[in-house]
Amino acid sequence: MDIRVQELEFDAGVELARFTAASGSAGAIVTFTGIVRDTPDGDLDRMEIEHYPGMTERALGEIAQKAQDRWDLSNLLILHRFGDLKTGETIMMVATASRHRVAAFEAAEYLMDYLKSRAPFWKKEFTKSGATWVASKRDDEDALNRWKP
Amino acid sequence: MIDVMYFAWVRERIGLPKEQIETSAKTVMDLVEELRGREERYALAFEDLASLRVAIDQELTEFDAPLAGAREVAFFPPMTGG
Repeated sequence: MDIRVQELEFDAGVELARFTAASGSAGAIVTFTGIVRDTPDGDLDRMEIEHYPGMTERALGEIAQKAQDRWDLSNLLILHRFGDLKTGETIMMVATASRHRVAAFEAAEYLMDYLKSRAPFWKKEFTKSGATWVASKRDDEDALNRWKP
Repeated sequence: MIDVMYFAWVRERIGLPKEQIETSAKTVMDLVEELRGREERYALAFEDLASLRVAIDQELTEFDAPLAGAREVAFFPPMTGG
């Protein structure tokens, strides 16, 4: 299990190769990479990600533990950045490894759903017309309901 | 003494990331009422509690949670990770 919260940019390809090498006899690896996208108007200057040091690591640890309790995973990665990011840069990545693909897919979706609305990160977009905090989406909150027992 | 922390637009509205508060508030809600009464910027930050989340000692909780024994309380908007 590898959980990292960092300012530094990372290479998703390098991370995947490292994760695969550390995942033993996994038959399936699923990864998701989040990229900073431009606004529909194409005027994004940069994005700033704020987090709550201490609580972030704790929340991610709990989310990862719940995923491991629920699915048979041989490895799990959560990598999330904070600070200043430009369009096209990687924001975050999750990876799950399991003997079977269903577990790997489901666990990756679970991690993303919880990360979206339970990990203390906040995004602020800086465009030519000003700065705005990205609002949480009702859909993101609804997405958690499908994992309720 | 309790450490009170603010993040994202809550931090911007209040104008600081963190402060120490001497309080006898029994619940988070009592603390919110106390802060609201202080100055306009607090009243503005705590205007709509439905758009806020709270954590006690880095665990998400509810506004009616007791503050007894708490060292750190944080207020912030709904998270937008991922």
